[in-house]
Amino acid sequence: MNKNETYWKTNLKYLVILLTIWFTVSYGFGILLVDTLNQFTLGGFKLGFWFAQQGSIYVFVLLIFVYIYLMNRLDEKFKSKN
Amino acid sequence: MELQYWIWIAVGISFTLYIAIAIITRASSTGEFYVAGKGVHPIANGMATAADWMSAASFISMAGIISFNGYDGSVYLMGWTGGYVLLALLLAPYLRKFGKFTVPDFIGDRYYSNIARGVAVFCALIISFTYIAGQMRGVGVVFSRYLEVDITTGVLIGMLIVLFYAVLGGMKGITYTQVAQYCVLIFAFMLPAIFISLMVTGNVIPQIGFGSTGFDGVYLLDKLDGLHRELGFHEYTSGKKTTLDVFFITAALMVGTAGLPHVIVRFFTVKKVSDARKSAGWALLFIAILYTTAPAVAVFSRTNLIETVSNKAYHALPDWFEKWEATGLISFDDKNQDGLIQYVADPEVNELKVDADIMVLANPEIANLPNWVIAIMAAGALAAALSTAAGLLLVISSSVSHDLIKKMIKPDVSEKGELIAARLSAVGAVMLAAYFGINPPGFVAATVALAFGLAAASFFPAIVLGIFSKRMNKEGAIAGMVVGILLMLFYMTKFKFGWFGGGTEKDWWFGISPEGFGSFAMMVNFAVSIIISKFTPAPDREIQELIEKIRNPNDE
Repeated sequence: MNKNETYWKTNLKYLVILLTIWFTVSYGFGILLVDTLNQFTLGGFKLGFWFAQQGSIYVFVLLIFVYIYLMNRLDEKFKSKN
Repeated sequence: MELQYWIWIAVGISFTLYIAIAIITRASSTGEFYVAGKGVHPIANGMATAADWMSAASFISMAGIISFNGYDGSVYLMGWTGGYVLLALLLAPYLRKFGKFTVPDFIGDRYYSNIARGVAVFCALIISFTYIAGQMRGVGVVFSRYLEVDITTGVLIGMLIVLFYAVLGGMKGITYTQVAQYCVLIFAFMLPAIFISLMVTGNVIPQIGFGSTGFDGVYLLDKLDGLHRELGFHEYTSGKKTTLDVFFITAALMVGTAGLPHVIVRFFTVKKVSDARKSAGWALLFIAILYTTAPAVAVFSRTNLIETVSNKAYHALPDWFEKWEATGLISFDDKNQDGLIQYVADPEVNELKVDADIMVLANPEIANLPNWVIAIMAAGALAAALSTAAGLLLVISSSVSHDLIKKMIKPDVSEKGELIAARLSAVGAVMLAAYFGINPPGFVAATVALAFGLAAASFFPAIVLGIFSKRMNKEGAIAGMVVGILLMLFYMTKFKFGWFGGGTEKDWWFGISPEGFGSFAMMVNFAVSIIISKFTPAPDREIQELIEKIRNPNDE
């Protein structure tokens, strides 16, 4: 496998992992499982409601910064191989 | 000091600032006009994107809409933020690496076809025009509400300001004014939110405050759920919409966000691919500050409203009630003549009509904040509307001057000629937008929300497949975009304007509302593109190399 292919495969792997988390916190916790999670509370919040109106947004921000970190690291690695 | 003076001062200072920035940063080349010379710092671009993105609707209406819909309002919160994850991971870095000026540029080059480019220009213009008319209207409404001029004058003042800095400064001018506008609007939104959180819960952070207890020791959300049950409304923390519809609306808003041309084009303005990723992160962080505060404001003002008015004597209400009654945003009709306000879910008994916008606009008065805070709110609302209008304007003008004139009609146009065309089309677009702002067609409000569906149904699949599939060809992409946008237009005109025989909620396909239908049309677009491309020739070697190049940020 050549260098560019390895780079692309690694990128796709990151995408799959991060988008799975993206889907889980919003569509999963915030929508599909909201009634189940609402049986638990976080302070004064029902948990499902919290994910829908707060938690998912925090995770979104985090996901992008994790991706920035991972990709910068990956770019470095491939630059030094040049 | 009198409120009116404060408002003129706040608006005057902020407008002077925007104009000064425009003069300092005026564009002298097409590169500067379309993409700010690709020299914007990622944090500055993040702020500009946030201001570009957050419109008058985010600033004024969203918290109110959430406060009336409770859990169902989550579709806007998740939908309008989650799209940035898609942007950062699937679109922004690759489009920046591609390195041209506009979204139709990418579609036209990647699909080696001027038909594809033309379809993309058509989609970009439809999406941007439906959106900008709503913004100009927003500017007019804010002016008329705060400055007591009529809406027409308000639209004209706003139009002149946008015209000045967008036409003169192009993308470069717009970018730095948007940075300033972000600072104004976020300060204006957060200040009253923090004071109200302190007033209601004693917690200085609204995001934590609305999950805490009020001064009576009861959790705020439990209290609100209780009040809602008592008055016959559905419980605040649970929804009325079906799970499927919530799922589809959220998806349409997310994917639509990632497909909006005025948002995408912001990522063309940074220096490097890694900066495109970074600015998406900063943009979402800056947006999240407002978007996580809005649901808190929604809960505070909802509780406040119910406790202030429910079963209270009309003549004993606080001053702000009377003041906002004069604007028609809140009205009381004493049906049973008992002098008390019955605010309940049953429309037969209910005596109070409340417009969603009041939840944010009346906040400073409800919290007894000084007049200068109200003045800053006015400047913030104007900043939100103007910054979005300017971003859309640029997409319209570059679609005309770059994609239509330079790439399709007259390829030998000089750079100077193209720049003049860009400025003239910006002038034309502002005038058209102002016309719609002053004489809003009845469908503006309905179509602004549906612009997301249109973007989801047209651009998103074409761009994503263009990057992630080397096999996708022009036949597939064009067919997908055409079918996607026509299907979405059909569904929204059928159920929103009653064309094609109209229909009601029970006629919705699979129970999906027009707002959520963009997700369905997007899936159809994907399916059509993939199937058609299987039966038509693969793109040339050259295009495959272009895709290789887009995917690899290291070989500059």
